[in-house]
Amino acid sequence: MSGVPLSWYLTLATVLFAIGLYGTLSRKNAVGILMGIELMLNAVNINLIAFWRFITPHLLTGQIFAVFVITVAASEVAIGLALILAIYRQKKTIDIEEIDLLKG
Amino acid sequence: MDLVWLVPLFPVLAFAAIIFFTNRSPNLSARLAILGMALSTVLGLWIFFQALITPGLAEHPFRLTVNWFPAGSQAVAIGFLVDPLAAIVLAMVTTVCLAIFIYSQGYMHADPRYSRFFAYISLFASGMLGFVLADNLLLAFLSWEIMGLCSYLLIGFWFERPAAANAAKKAFITTKVGDVLFFLGILLLWFQTGSLAFSEIYPAVQNLAIVDPQIVFIAGLLIFAGAIGKSAQFPLHVWLPDAMEGPTPVSALIHAATMVAAGVYLIARTFPIFLAASGSPALIWVAGIGAFTALFAATIGLAQNDIKRVLAYSTISQLGYMMAALGLGGFVAGIFHLIAHAFFKALLFLGAGSVIHGVNTNDMWEMGGLRKKMPLTFWTFLIGALALAGIPPLSGFWSKDEILGEAFLHNPLIWGTLTLTAFLTALYMARQISLAFLGQPRKPEAHPHESPPVMTLPLIFLATVTLFLGLVGVPDDFPVLGPILGNPFHRFLGENFAPLGIEAEAGTFQPLVLTISVAVALSGLFLGWFLYGRKPLALGQPDPLARLGPVWTFLQNKWYIDEIYNALIIQPVIRLADILRSFDQLVVDGLVNFSGKATASFAEFNRLIDVYIVDGAVNGIGRVGNFLGQELRLIQTGQVQNYMLIVLISILMLAGLFIAQ
Repeated sequence: MSGVPLSWYLTLATVLFAIGLYGTLSRKNAVGILMGIELMLNAVNINLIAFWRFITPHLLTGQIFAVFVITVAASEVAIGLALILAIYRQKKTIDIEEIDLLKG
Repeated sequence: MDLVWLVPLFPVLAFAAIIFFTNRSPNLSARLAILGMALSTVLGLWIFFQALITPGLAEHPFRLTVNWFPAGSQAVAIGFLVDPLAAIVLAMVTTVCLAIFIYSQGYMHADPRYSRFFAYISLFASGMLGFVLADNLLLAFLSWEIMGLCSYLLIGFWFERPAAANAAKKAFITTKVGDVLFFLGILLLWFQTGSLAFSEIYPAVQNLAIVDPQIVFIAGLLIFAGAIGKSAQFPLHVWLPDAMEGPTPVSALIHAATMVAAGVYLIARTFPIFLAASGSPALIWVAGIGAFTALFAATIGLAQNDIKRVLAYSTISQLGYMMAALGLGGFVAGIFHLIAHAFFKALLFLGAGSVIHGVNTNDMWEMGGLRKKMPLTFWTFLIGALALAGIPPLSGFWSKDEILGEAFLHNPLIWGTLTLTAFLTALYMARQISLAFLGQPRKPEAHPHESPPVMTLPLIFLATVTLFLGLVGVPDDFPVLGPILGNPFHRFLGENFAPLGIEAEAGTFQPLVLTISVAVALSGLFLGWFLYGRKPLALGQPDPLARLGPVWTFLQNKWYIDEIYNALIIQPVIRLADILRSFDQLVVDGLVNFSGKATASFAEFNRLIDVYIVDGAVNGIGRVGNFLGQELRLIQTGQVQNYMLIVLISILMLAGLFIAQ
C-alpha cells in the first residue's frame, strides 16, 4: 500500500498524547485541562483508526471503538464544563490550584 | 356480770389514749388513767357484790367466752371467768390500784415522764385484771407477760440511773426464767387434756383415764416455777429487792400488792392440778419452798438499811407464807393472807413513799424522829406494820393466824419455820419503825414535811381497810366474835372448788397456836424496840445487831445469793460469751475478711489486665489508625494535577517493570 506508513500515524498520535498529557498536568486553567484531556482522547482515536486501517481493515472493531471514544469524550466534556461552571459560581475562579476541596 | 369484759378494757383504753393523744398534757393523762381505773373499780366492786349475792356461783361460775383462733381440730376460746376466787381478788386489785393511782398523782408530781407513768400503770392494771379474770391459761399467760413487761418498764422508769436500768433487766430476765417454765407447763397441760380452759382442765386432771398423774405432777411443778419467778420465791427472788429502784407507787402496786401476788393467785387458780397428782407431791414442794423463802427473806430483811428493801424482803417473806399455806392445802388461808397482805403492804409501801417524798432519802439511818413531822404517815405506817407483825385485831393477825393454825395441824416443821418468821417479821418492823419514826431526826437539815392530801388520803383509806378487813375471816369457833361474824370469807371462797370435790378446811380456833403467835409477835416488837427504839441511835453508830458478827455480815450480804449467782451463772455466761466473741473475731471475722481481701486482690489483678492488656489493645489499634491517617493525609492534597502526576508516575513505573522483565 502506497502513501503514509503506519509509523507516522503512531508518531503523530504519540506527540499529540504527550502534548495533551503535558497540558493536563501543567495548565492552571481548568478549561485548559479539559482541552488536554480531549487531545489525549483524540490521540487514542488516531491510534485506533490507524491500527484498524493497517491491520484489520476487514473488521469494524476499530471504527466502532473510535466512535465510542468520541461519544464518551463528548459527554465527558459536557460534564466537565458543567462542573467547572458550578465551581466557578461557587469560588469565582477556575484556577485548578485554588480548587482543593478534597484536601485531606 | 355480762359487763365483766369491760373491767380490763377501761385501763387499756386509758393507756392507749395517753400514749397516742394526751402525752403532752400531764394532768389530763393522770385524770384519764384515774378515770379508767375508777370505772374499772366501780364495775369490779359491782361484780364482786353480784358474785356475793349469786347463789351457787361456785357450781356455776359465770363465764364469757369467744372463739379466738383455730388450733388443730378445735378452736381456742378465750374469755373471762368470775368465780368466788376471781371476784375476791378482783375487788382487792381494783381497790388497791385505784388508791395507788390517786397516790401517784402526788408522788410523781413534776416528773418529766408523768404521762408515761400513768400510761404504764394503766396498762399494768389492765394486765393484772385480765389475769385475774382469765378463764384459760392462754389469756392468763398473755396477761402475765403484759404484767412482766410493765414491771420491766416501771422498774426502769428512771432509766437515767444505771441502777434502775440494771434492776429492770435483772427483773425481766429472772422472771423470764420462770415464765418459760410456766409456758412449758401450759403446753404439757394442753398436751394432756387438750384444752386450756380452766373449766375443762379441772375435771380432766382428775380423770385418770385421760391424764398421766406423773405428767400432771410435772406440769404442776412447771406452773409453780412460773409462780416462783413472779412471786419472787427462792431461788428466783433476787430481782424483787432490786426492783425497788422503780418509783415507790410502782413498788407498792406491782411489787407488793398485785403482780407478785399473781404467782400465789396462779397456784390457787390451778389448785386442782396440784391436787390431782396422787399424794400431791407438787404441793409439798410449794409448801417447802414457801416456808423456806418466808424464813430466808425475813432474815435478810432484818439486816437491810434501805426502807424499801426491808419492805421488799418482807414481801418475799409474806409471799412465802402464802405459798406455804397453799402448799399445805390451806387454799382459803393463802388467799385470805394474799388479800390482807395486799392492803397492808401497799399501805406500808405508800407510807415509805411518803417518807421518801418528805426526806429525800431511802436510808433509814438518815431518817429518825419523823413521828412528829409526819404524823399521818406515822400512824398509818404503824397500823400497817402492826398488821404485818400480826398484832390483833388487825387483818394480818387473822390471816397469819389462819396459816399458822393450818400449818400446826399438818406439818409441825413448817409451823415452826413460819412462827420463827413471824418473830423476825415483828423484829424487823419494830427496827424499821424505831429507826425511821422514833427518836430524834438524825439529819435535821433534811426538813421533812407531811405529804399532800392526795398522798395521805389513800394511806388513810388503806389503813382503814387494814383495821377491819380481818373481821371477814374470823374462825367460826373463835370466842364471842366467831358466831357473830360467821367467817363470811371462808363461806364464800371455800366453796370455790367444791364442785370438784375439793373441800377447803375452815380455819379453826387453836388457842395454843394463837397464843404462841401473838407472844412471838409481841416479843419481836419488844426486842426491836429494845434494841433500836429505847435509846435513840445516832448516825454512824453501829447497828446493835451487828454484834452477831459473821451472821450479821452474812445477812447484810443477803446470804451472798447474788454473789453465788454471779459466780455460778453470770460469770460463766460472760466467759462463754467472751470465748464465742474471740471465736467470732478470729475465725468468722477472719474468714470473712480473708474472702474480702482475696476478692479485692483478684479484682486488682483484673484491673491490671484490663488497664494494660484490654485497654492497651484497644488504644493500640486506635493509635495505629491514627498514625496511618496522619501520614496518608499528606498524599491527599486536593490538587487534581498531583493525582494525575501520581497516576502518570505509577504507569511509568509499571511500564518500566514490564519492560525490565
